[in-house]
Amino acid sequence: MSSQRFLLKGGQILGGKAADLLIADGQIAQISASISDKDATVIELKGSIVLPGLVDLHTHLREPGREDSETVASASRAGAKGGFTALSAMANTSPVADTAGVVEQVYRLGQEAGFVDVFPIGAVTQGLHGEQLSEIGAMADSVARVRVFSDDGNCVFDPLVMRRALEYIKKFDGVIAQHAQEPRLTVGSQMNEGIVSSKLGLKGWPAIAEEAIIARDVLLADHVQSRLHICHVTTAGGVEIIRWAKARGIQVTAEVTPHHLLLTDDLASSYDPVFKVNPPLRTSKDVMALREALADGTIDIVATDHAPHTSETKDCEWAEASFGMIGLETALSIVNKTMVESGLLDWTAVADRMSTAPARIGRYSSHGQNLTLGSAAHITVINPSKSWVVDRDLVISKSRNTPFHGYELPGLVTHTFFGGRATMIDSKVIDKVVQ
Amino acid sequence: MRHLLSINDLSAADAIGILDTATELARINDGQVKKLPTLRGRTIVNLFAEDSTRTRISFEAAAKRLSADVINFSAKGSSASKGESLKDTAQTLQAMGADAVVIRHSASGAAQRLADLEWMSGSVINAGDGTHEHPSQALLDAFTIRKHLGKGASDLKGLRIAIVGDVLHSRVARSNVLLLSMLGADVVLVAPPTLLPVGVESWPATISYDFDSVIPTVDAIMMLRVQQERMTDLFFPNSREYSRYFGLNSERMSAMAKHAIVMHPGPMNRGLEIAADVADSARSVIVEQVTNGVNVRMAILYVLLAGGPLEVGSN
Amino acid sequence: MSVALSAQEILEKNHGSSDITVLGIPTRGAHLAARIAAIMSSIEGKEIAHGTLDITLYRDDLRLRPPRTIMPTSIPPIGIQGRDVILIDDVLYSGRTIRAALDALGEVGRPRTVQLAVLVDRGHRQLPIRADFVGKNLPTSEKQSVRVSLTEIDSVDEVVIEGEAN
Repeated sequence: MSSQRFLLKGGQILGGKAADLLIADGQIAQISASISDKDATVIELKGSIVLPGLVDLHTHLREPGREDSETVASASRAGAKGGFTALSAMANTSPVADTAGVVEQVYRLGQEAGFVDVFPIGAVTQGLHGEQLSEIGAMADSVARVRVFSDDGNCVFDPLVMRRALEYIKKFDGVIAQHAQEPRLTVGSQMNEGIVSSKLGLKGWPAIAEEAIIARDVLLADHVQSRLHICHVTTAGGVEIIRWAKARGIQVTAEVTPHHLLLTDDLASSYDPVFKVNPPLRTSKDVMALREALADGTIDIVATDHAPHTSETKDCEWAEASFGMIGLETALSIVNKTMVESGLLDWTAVADRMSTAPARIGRYSSHGQNLTLGSAAHITVINPSKSWVVDRDLVISKSRNTPFHGYELPGLVTHTFFGGRATMIDSKVIDKVVQ
Repeated sequence: MRHLLSINDLSAADAIGILDTATELARINDGQVKKLPTLRGRTIVNLFAEDSTRTRISFEAAAKRLSADVINFSAKGSSASKGESLKDTAQTLQAMGADAVVIRHSASGAAQRLADLEWMSGSVINAGDGTHEHPSQALLDAFTIRKHLGKGASDLKGLRIAIVGDVLHSRVARSNVLLLSMLGADVVLVAPPTLLPVGVESWPATISYDFDSVIPTVDAIMMLRVQQERMTDLFFPNSREYSRYFGLNSERMSAMAKHAIVMHPGPMNRGLEIAADVADSARSVIVEQVTNGVNVRMAILYVLLAGGPLEVGSN
Repeated sequence: MSVALSAQEILEKNHGSSDITVLGIPTRGAHLAARIAAIMSSIEGKEIAHGTLDITLYRDDLRLRPPRTIMPTSIPPIGIQGRDVILIDDVLYSGRTIRAALDALGEVGRPRTVQLAVLVDRGHRQLPIRADFVGKNLPTSEKQSVRVSLTEIDSVDEVVIEGEAN
């Protein structure tokens, strides 16, 4: 933990009353109307919103195996830029994170980088093949203390495998994060199946391929009384099923990505693969349903699904291109634009969706403490009155595949504190000082 | 107009202009003149990343009749054999000084990527991109229909045309629906439900699963090729059942209106979607479509390349 | 009036119409050719071989403007091989149109002679081209433009010079 003291003056705590906040010994030491501390570095935050450090439950860090597109270190820096203090490393690396050895390696890389807590996610099945369970226990008991298990990238499509996985993780207080995509309905799929895909001649990815798996899995989770989390929900139908399930008391949580809160499938008309993502961009009807669901809590959290890709895998024809968009650096601004400015969420609720709730689902005990006194000083500051233009050539991430290049976004993340260390000041990432 | 990527790049007037130009060129070609100097000194590259002899030869003949130089670049780019990327190929061709690229590719949107990313200057002509569009085919089909059924009108108002077969995977269908409806015709798509895309209700065409009820009502029937592989992908049980319901056999042909014509973009699966004697009948304009294709492609090359923007300070 | 005179002159110089093919260059040259052919026909008492020759595809200045519409080319069945082709156009100026017409004719066949009849010769030749039959010589400056109207399309027969003399 950092020994430097910071005095954050005049920011609106959780979007509420303005107050001063003192960071000392890596903790939130004091919050009151007016603090003075002669040893502290003062940071004026009048007009800004002070939030608990953002927690991403769905990030692709690409290391080990695809370090040309991103590393744990570069993703951590990108996270700091976006206001994140915790990232969850998805398991579809090379080798796959299906053993204690790989998850511990990723965990240690995160610690060394020192910008965020990197919490590795363990694969549900060996090699992500969907057949044999991976060493769930070993990963849970490892230094990485894995609690979230996901084959993301792939769907756990076999209902028997999914049932066994849901049952088995109960011993470890785990949760299965399902990438809901029925493979038989999405062979060779390129974009949402609908009017746009029919005109563009691109093979469709029908909404039912997501909805059918969500429906099956909430019933399974109910039957075996286990925790289920649905990754990147994109369909209005999926939202309805989750709402129904929660009403019945089923232990299901769900996430939505920032890009699915804003972008629709007609963007594919340019055939620019920067808009190619899995699950795909869908219709405005889906976007509206997702926003309402995030507002009423049917969808519990925002998760970025940050998916870096090298330029040659996007600088080509659509069918050849990789699926995925980066998102750490634009996430909070997009949520501001789509949810706060439209009045669907206030900042207290944003803190819940982007910090408290994801930390709870992942069992990240030092995060999501909602700026309580004595908790670790993981803090994010956003200035909602400053807007900024996204420039893909200036991103911190190693990859440039952002769909928002050229967009003017409202709200600039200015400061990030990770355990009391300032990882970003005035929107500039601060590297660790090597002693 | 710099590129021809999709029928949406054309207004009705543009399309009619191309058809009219093709009409004149056809007359010239029917006479003794086989070569015109109009595009002398220009280089046209055929970038065919997907197998196609007939379309490539058609564009090559069109270019040569206008005295352009033609370079053929044949790259069998399947997703299995990645080889050189489209971008690298394009930049190589640019270095060779191509005024226009005629591109046929297995990926939908490949022509637009080539045009938008400006890996090369010059005009891009889409000769078929995946299952998206094939604008020159639609133009030659419209030319053929107008020639036989147009009664001297410049457009296709009042005509009713059936497009039959694998609409889902057909770039010819997509371009034709756009063009024929733009020129005023009524288009009806006939196919098994599995071969019609979700979203087809938004197209400017009507749908029917019943070929027999449509046949007497139309002025032209355009048969689409059905690939054998569609059977293993569960689109229909077998070729026998497909032909029974959607094949154009002689019995169905005799139910056609007296003046109605039979078309096919080729290559044909004789015996599957079209019976051999129908293909060879007097109603069939299939062979003529090929000739019309050269004239229409000459017109496209003329419209895209012959003129230029006003150059400052020239005479 | 000058059209009728030109028809007479052409027939005299060519000793009758039996070897003549009259070809007008669209748009107005084609109409003039039709008129001349009709007059010749009434003088000779028989059909005169006539048609049109569009030269758009042979122009040397295509790239200077957006693509031009191609006009109809119609060579009469008797053709031009070994015959005396009379090219008809409304205005002779730089001579480039006629150069293109000679190229176009060359693709069709090999006439015995090619003769040129124009309604107006306004001077300023850029190529060594001359007319055999001229309705009117109209000296102009390059700043001026000459506009020919014909009743077939413009509802009046007239020649107008626009612009300053110098």
